[in-house]
Amino acid sequence: MVGITSYGAYIPLYRLNRAEIGRAWEMPAAPGERAVANYDEDSLTMAVEAARDCLKGIKLDSVDGLFFASTTSPYKDKQTAATIAMVLGINRESVTMDFSGSLRCGTNALRAAVDAVRSGSANNILVIASEMRLGYPAGANEISFGDGAAAVLVGNEAVIAEVEGSYSIYEELQDFWRSDKDLFVRSAEDRFIVDEGYNKVIPAAVSGALKKFNLTSKDFSTCVLYVPSQRQVGTLVKKLGFDPKTQSKDMLFSNAGDVGSAMPMMSLVQTLEEATAGNRIILVAYGNGCDVFSLKIADDIEKAKVKDRMGISRFIASKKMLGNYNRYLRWRELVTVQPPARPPIEFRLPGPQALWKENEKELRLRGTKCKNCGTPQYPPQRVCVNCRAKDNFEYYSFLDKKAKVFSFCHDHLMATIDPPVTVAVLDFEGGGRMLVDMTDRDPAECKVGMPVDLTFRKLYYVGGIYNYWWKCRPAR
Amino acid sequence: MEGIKDKVAIIGMGCIKFGENWEQTIDDMIIDAVYEAYDDAGIGPDDIQAAWWGSVWAGETAQIAATPLKLGYIPFTHVENACATGSEALRGACYAVASGVVDIALAVGAEKLKDTGFMGLPQVRPIATWSYRVSSDTPPAEFAMMATGYFAKHGLSVEEGKKLLAQIAVKNHHNGSLNPKAHFQREITLEMVMNAPIVAYPLGLFDCCGVSDGAAAAIVTRADMAKKFRSDPIYIKAMTICQGPREGFLSQNYDFAHVEETKRAAVAAYKEAGIRNPREEMSCAEVHDCFTITELTIYEDMQFSNPGQARDDIQAGTFTLNGKLPINTDGGLKCFGHPVGASGLRMMYEVYKQLQGKADKRQVKNPRLGLTHNQGGAPGTATVSVVIAGNDLG
Repeated sequence: MVGITSYGAYIPLYRLNRAEIGRAWEMPAAPGERAVANYDEDSLTMAVEAARDCLKGIKLDSVDGLFFASTTSPYKDKQTAATIAMVLGINRESVTMDFSGSLRCGTNALRAAVDAVRSGSANNILVIASEMRLGYPAGANEISFGDGAAAVLVGNEAVIAEVEGSYSIYEELQDFWRSDKDLFVRSAEDRFIVDEGYNKVIPAAVSGALKKFNLTSKDFSTCVLYVPSQRQVGTLVKKLGFDPKTQSKDMLFSNAGDVGSAMPMMSLVQTLEEATAGNRIILVAYGNGCDVFSLKIADDIEKAKVKDRMGISRFIASKKMLGNYNRYLRWRELVTVQPPARPPIEFRLPGPQALWKENEKELRLRGTKCKNCGTPQYPPQRVCVNCRAKDNFEYYSFLDKKAKVFSFCHDHLMATIDPPVTVAVLDFEGGGRMLVDMTDRDPAECKVGMPVDLTFRKLYYVGGIYNYWWKCRPAR
Repeated sequence: MEGIKDKVAIIGMGCIKFGENWEQTIDDMIIDAVYEAYDDAGIGPDDIQAAWWGSVWAGETAQIAATPLKLGYIPFTHVENACATGSEALRGACYAVASGVVDIALAVGAEKLKDTGFMGLPQVRPIATWSYRVSSDTPPAEFAMMATGYFAKHGLSVEEGKKLLAQIAVKNHHNGSLNPKAHFQREITLEMVMNAPIVAYPLGLFDCCGVSDGAAAAIVTRADMAKKFRSDPIYIKAMTICQGPREGFLSQNYDFAHVEETKRAAVAAYKEAGIRNPREEMSCAEVHDCFTITELTIYEDMQFSNPGQARDDIQAGTFTLNGKLPINTDGGLKCFGHPVGASGLRMMYEVYKQLQGKADKRQVKNPRLGLTHNQGGAPGTATVSVVIAGNDLG
């Protein structure tokens, strides 16, 4: 049996009320709110979050593949899947691939993973879809879009949702696109997309799929259908022969936004969180064609509902409102603000050699633990800070340890996109101390002793290099 | 181990007015400070047998100071020890004389910080030790975390803690207002400190020292030769420097409410100078008040206040100009300013003048012993110099 063996998700802490965007541009208020990734987040960092959520309770060394899907990968020419694999610490002999190019790249990656496992070329592939797309300021996409990520593990043991079948068609249609010279997503006229895109492609795909699966709409407990339009979902679900009331999922449009290629998997994760054994789910994803999957929930579904998994439901509930739209513009660097009176960022241009040398230590937060006195230390120390024993240590990961703030401050002098920089000294359960930035925080809420999570973030971008490291955030 | 007590004497010092010296080059500042020291010692450039140059940002090698000073072809060493650089230059000169290799040595420190065009200190990128994946903070932030740590340890609310720190700023501004060479010569009020914009929470603008241009210099000789140059030489009683192994960021033992290196440097210096009760025996002290919280913890770490009781001494005015132990009589880093490479020597300049009874409106009564405390680095990972000087041998 091949299928999904674990799942996880990530939705950024911050939400922007759509009415606030309307207020800023003197446009009618749209309902709901959209998730806004912080200035130090991107599709890569959100993918790491979703992957870590998915890998809770999973033996890391069982993973032998990592597929990353996004149309907003930080690099055009450099593999994001390899970076994520390095950060997570999965086996070196894993197959890593980036998928991109359309709204369908998330389900493209899912299908590729299912086929790979089915063929026996891999056993456990982590599939992550993550998006942080930009709509033109004052445009409809900016209002409807949202940021987020989801991850599923595809394997053939302890399957929680068997992928019974998959079916795809393609369609050459200029509906949504972003060229290599574009910053913002462009789209064609709505009516054209509805008539020639959604209304033709999706019914064709679903009817073809049902025929291939030898199933009817009545055989499914839930239809997870992604089209980049909240309004069209209900119409299409009905048109396809499903009952919008009982068989359709709320697609996160009103609380996270249209998360593009990550949306089908995010909605699937949300469905899995509530699924029970025996349920059958049809997953339909639109984008230059259409991918359709039939999934059957297995008995092991209950085992996957681990206590510390955030999933979609808990991430939706864990939020802070972004008070004003200007902050969004600032975070996305869509306005030029007065530069800080500090040395230019270029002085921090990372040497690729220096970054590479420290990958194990820094990307995985690998410190040392003295074998003589047991003191954990970061960064790794060859001579123990406590007992001075030399070269008598074992490597020690701080990533899975709980941490609390020992001291902190808010630095208004440090140059940053969104001042102040909050810096914290963390004390780890079991020993060890670390100095890191704190993100996703309300300065007024920071306290000595507060519990924090570690979160992988972008420190800064300079000279064509995105420099990533760990920060902490108030526990979500 | 013989130590340095009473082996070396300072016979001349110079210090220019610190501040935004827009019209001066670093050459101008070095020359003005060193020639004031020559005049003070009654000697000239030809008498200098070895020299030490302290600067963090002025450039490589001692040619930065050798070119304007033109001392000839003598040993001239560039030293760097962060904000303790000035004291490090003095240590080099004193060690040379104490060793007997030379009889007269010069220490000079200077920094031209106001030419950077931005606020705060410059940032540097060392090649071998730099990690690109680190927290983003500036010096105010590093010290602000000690304020947070101290407030938490002693149960002070941020408001209470800030009020305590504000009194240190007010004191040092008062002292600076009496000093024509200080960068800032304006009195401030508690309200001004409390209402100032935040630089690194919980520290506000007046909790932070000035970033300044400046230069200072000292000429030292063997103690037994000192009276040939002047009747009132100042003798080195102790000279220590203590560098910690970054323990505060590696180990949970550190409380972010003191500076371990200061504690240890103090113990070593008092031992060398034979001081049992510094609060009673010291006449004045110039300490590294880069931020008000630093001065507060120095009170305790240098044993001027009992542990946890700096608050009582601040309230009692113990460290004001008319208090029991006047501290930072010249305004400190806070008001005299902080041109990094010059600061340690500037501190000694004030102690030297105080011990000679030449500190004008700031003069302390019956001075006998003074000290400088000069810190580089941050709480948790510091390098601290303590130098004790006296106006008599023995």
